[in-house]
Amino acid sequence: MNRLEWSDPTTLPDALAQLGPAAVPKAGGVELMDLLKEGLVAPSRLVNLRKLPGLDRVQDRAGGGMRVGPLVTLAALAEHPVVRARYRALADAAAHAATPQIRNMATVGGNLLQRPRCWYFRSEAFECRRKGGVHCFAQQGENAYHAVFAHTACCAVHPSSLATALLALGASVELTSRRGVRMVALEQFFTPAETVTVRDTVREDDELVTDVVLPALASGAKSAYGKQAEKESYDWPLAEVAVVLERAGNQCTRASVVLGAVAPVPWRARTAEAALVGRPVDATSAGDAGRAALQGAVPLQYNGYKLPLIEVAVRRAVLAAVEAS
Amino acid sequence: MGDTVTVKLPQGIAGDAMTEVERTIPADEPPPLATNDKLAVVGKPTPRLDGRLKVTGAAKYTTDVRLPGMLFARMVRSTKPHATVLAIDTSAAERAEGVRAVVLVDHLLGGAEVREPGKEEAPRYPVVRYVGQPVGAVAAATQAQADEAARLVRIEYAPLPFVVDLEDARKPDAPLVFPGAAESRGSAGGGGGPAGVPQNGNVRGPNRSGPSGPPLGDVERGLADADVVVDASYRTQVQTHSAIEPHGVVADWNGDALTVYASTQGTASVRDELAEVLGIPKGKIRVVTEFMGGGFGAKFGAGNYGVLAARLSQKAKAPVRLVLDRREEHESGGNRPSSVARLRIGAKKDGTLTAIHFSSYGTAGTATGAGAGGPAKNLYPCPNVLVEESDVFTNAGPAAAFRAPGHPQGAFGLEQSIDELAEKLGLDPLVLREKIDTQQEGLLADAAARRVERRIGAEMVGWTKRHPAGSDTGRTRRGLGVAQAIWYRFVNLDSTCEVRIGRDGSVEVLSAVQDIGGGIRTALAQVVAEELGIRAQDVTVRIGDTSYPPGPASGGSVTTGSITPAARNAAFLARREVYAQAARAASSTPEALMGSMPLRAAAAKLRTEQITAQATRSDDYGGFVQGRGRRGMGIGGYGGVQFAEVAVDVETGRVQVERVVAVHDCGRPINPLAIEGQIHGGIIQGLSYALYENRVLDRKSGSMLNANLETYKIAGAREIPKIEVRIIEEYRGRSSTDAGGIGEPATVATAASIANAVYNATGVRVRELPMTPERVLAALAHRTEVKR
Repeated sequence: MNRLEWSDPTTLPDALAQLGPAAVPKAGGVELMDLLKEGLVAPSRLVNLRKLPGLDRVQDRAGGGMRVGPLVTLAALAEHPVVRARYRALADAAAHAATPQIRNMATVGGNLLQRPRCWYFRSEAFECRRKGGVHCFAQQGENAYHAVFAHTACCAVHPSSLATALLALGASVELTSRRGVRMVALEQFFTPAETVTVRDTVREDDELVTDVVLPALASGAKSAYGKQAEKESYDWPLAEVAVVLERAGNQCTRASVVLGAVAPVPWRARTAEAALVGRPVDATSAGDAGRAALQGAVPLQYNGYKLPLIEVAVRRAVLAAVEAS
Repeated sequence: MGDTVTVKLPQGIAGDAMTEVERTIPADEPPPLATNDKLAVVGKPTPRLDGRLKVTGAAKYTTDVRLPGMLFARMVRSTKPHATVLAIDTSAAERAEGVRAVVLVDHLLGGAEVREPGKEEAPRYPVVRYVGQPVGAVAAATQAQADEAARLVRIEYAPLPFVVDLEDARKPDAPLVFPGAAESRGSAGGGGGPAGVPQNGNVRGPNRSGPSGPPLGDVERGLADADVVVDASYRTQVQTHSAIEPHGVVADWNGDALTVYASTQGTASVRDELAEVLGIPKGKIRVVTEFMGGGFGAKFGAGNYGVLAARLSQKAKAPVRLVLDRREEHESGGNRPSSVARLRIGAKKDGTLTAIHFSSYGTAGTATGAGAGGPAKNLYPCPNVLVEESDVFTNAGPAAAFRAPGHPQGAFGLEQSIDELAEKLGLDPLVLREKIDTQQEGLLADAAARRVERRIGAEMVGWTKRHPAGSDTGRTRRGLGVAQAIWYRFVNLDSTCEVRIGRDGSVEVLSAVQDIGGGIRTALAQVVAEELGIRAQDVTVRIGDTSYPPGPASGGSVTTGSITPAARNAAFLARREVYAQAARAASSTPEALMGSMPLRAAAAKLRTEQITAQATRSDDYGGFVQGRGRRGMGIGGYGGVQFAEVAVDVETGRVQVERVVAVHDCGRPINPLAIEGQIHGGIIQGLSYALYENRVLDRKSGSMLNANLETYKIAGAREIPKIEVRIIEEYRGRSSTDAGGIGEPATVATAASIANAVYNATGVRVRELPMTPERVLAALAHRTEVKR
């Protein structure tokens, strides 16, 4: 029987001292409960983070930008007035995830550290590569909700909508352990799609995400998030995108376009960014960016329909970013 | 037959045309009930008597039952899609902490069985034919211990070839799900397929029929005579019942008697199946269902889980709770079969139908019941009708009756084809239906009611503003569609009520009938209150317990039409007795007192503490359908017309239903508030079927991949449209209440009306369910290609 110890540390050093391969952190518990119930994890100790002070704050950061604590809930993030004003894409990504009940429990840290939601991964009947097996069952299986990019090792899509927005916004993750504190750009945080196995991120078992750091955006920069799903309530995206645009006049000077639900990691669409930079942001360039975002896409047997959804999502988000101003 | 009297009962549709009909009725039944406008309680929107208990959480459902010393159980289920079970080792499970009993399935319930016993060598254990098939169960002190011990049961399999895909299963060289022809019965809720149908490989059928049994006329000649023919194919998916409360029981042996708390649509059907399987008299078994958290046709008998729980309780000498989890619910709790239908309809230029040919196959997994020809058979009279239905066995969980078995899938094709025919004929879809939806003697169609419903609904929805198909422009295109529903008027004659009146004036009504959410508890109170001249809330309703007089199983939309006449009849007899005793005590006549003395005052004069009267449902006053070989199918069915307004994003293929207008008949409405709620539920379930729900099986392993409520997608709050309901009052002098049912007709037309609205919005037909972004985009792209 999987018997668990429950620990309620009240200081960060105490929590860090306990973490290890079999002692896992528990924040909102949403993802952890799913994994426990399906028998996909069997930790010996849960280190409850909710008694730790100060990890649920959204704060201004010295020198610009913001720090979002790992225990900030998706609901709090979605409703935070400063986040909404400065990082609209992030607030909207949080607002469109899951259900109100889940958003009230799920945390930023837990959201970033979710394991794949692929239905083969989530069933104990399939010992897939992400669980240490050798197969990706979805590659030749039921893959309508799977990746269209970089799916040679695994075709699960990355589950975190926050990661999509945070990557576009240039965020970093602060990891703390007894060994010290390190900052990792989100771009380097996730294991590259082609080499992904049982480890999804660079986080070591004794490390805790202690902050998500958002840089200050250039003045006048605009962001937007768009999600395409089958349902509006409680549904994973079929395709999603976060866009950050900097402009001089209406001329795009810098673009960041990140796709979600299309690859095993949040997927930076550099070709879409290139289609925007140096051009006015309008229906034409937005449409070009949408088409450019598909470059390199290789649909699986049942998910070719995702391509038009990606294209539309990018076009609409680009236009939404500038219309929101 | 006892004494009879001849009376006049109201007939017709309130607000349309009302007359009277003469009926000869049993003399001990109450006099005709006036139309609802003249009544005090019946027909008045009445809040559920148990509404407060439900919304405050005070109502105790089966899953809430906790008995002293109760053990928790978990089933052991197959991980293979098809295999012979060679050996089962339960020793590790038996030794596990907290475990009190382990039992194995010795005879599988649900699903088909090989027709000729010799075809399959009698195995030591039931052959496993789908992933998730129950094999045994474990009872332990806690749920966690039971869950853990269930995983310790070792099953040794000899795998057999399997097939889960419908098309693969039809191939001549497909692995056989059954080694020979197989049959399965439907339940009290319907479903299943007819016996003795030819079987070839996994394909069982076709079963050929027409509206009244054999095919009518000659469809090929009818098609040849047609000026216009529509020929189209439709596909529908497997939908699981997904009731919020899963299947489950608490079984409690005490000496030689067994009490079972069950989440069931039929307290008596659970008792009867347990009596048969366990070999004990029915009188030793009591089944209790006080509150029910949803039943759509899959909760009738005891089920494998019920038998396992009873055996565990017997073995452990303690009460045992066995409630399915969501995965078990999806995999082995029943489902609506898929369908692939080809429909050919021929008509003359003026719309006169010359032929309807409906040919379908689908899979009910290891069961039968994939027939979807009901609407094509019964909705529109036609001289040449051929309906051919085949079941295809696959290694997947057995289907069960599901809210209007065969009808939502059948209407999805039929009502789209009728719209297509209207377009070819240059007729408005409502104008064509007005012409072809006619009453034909002996048919079930209730054309008169639908005529009124079309008129009312068209006005409510603003049909005249409907634009030509595909004429809307822009990114979001709106459209309006209509579809019609049909359902049978089934009556269960084994419906008895007891009414008790106490000397203090208190009134109780008792029946084994269960309230599965439709609100029969409140309807019974209303009917009794009306008869006794009191308020509904003054009636105590005791139901959902087989120790009370027998009531109908709640399937086939029979409950209200079956049990309310028994309740009224019993109330009538009880009241007569109270006033007879009061008259004797007061040296007066009952007639004189009835006009002047309230029930409470009359009851005070009772000689005994309490009087009781029992009454049973008689035959329908007008008789039953002839030639069907089954008493209990009333003359005239139920109808309904639903209109859907949709917005389709033509760039993403997403369909949003913005509004549904539903106009329905169900005989005399008893509680319009509850009926409206049930129609809301039917529409939401139909919408969810139309756009989202879909069981996904892994073709390579037979495992269900979305056996949860996260990736098995059900409409949520933001998917629910504005719903407007109108219930018409339809009187036909059928019983002492003339009431009918609404559960099933409420969901038959929804998917079809949405599909017709999608066509009106976009100019393209989506002929496959669910209408996901993928399929809508594919249909739009196909049209663009054709245009090029």
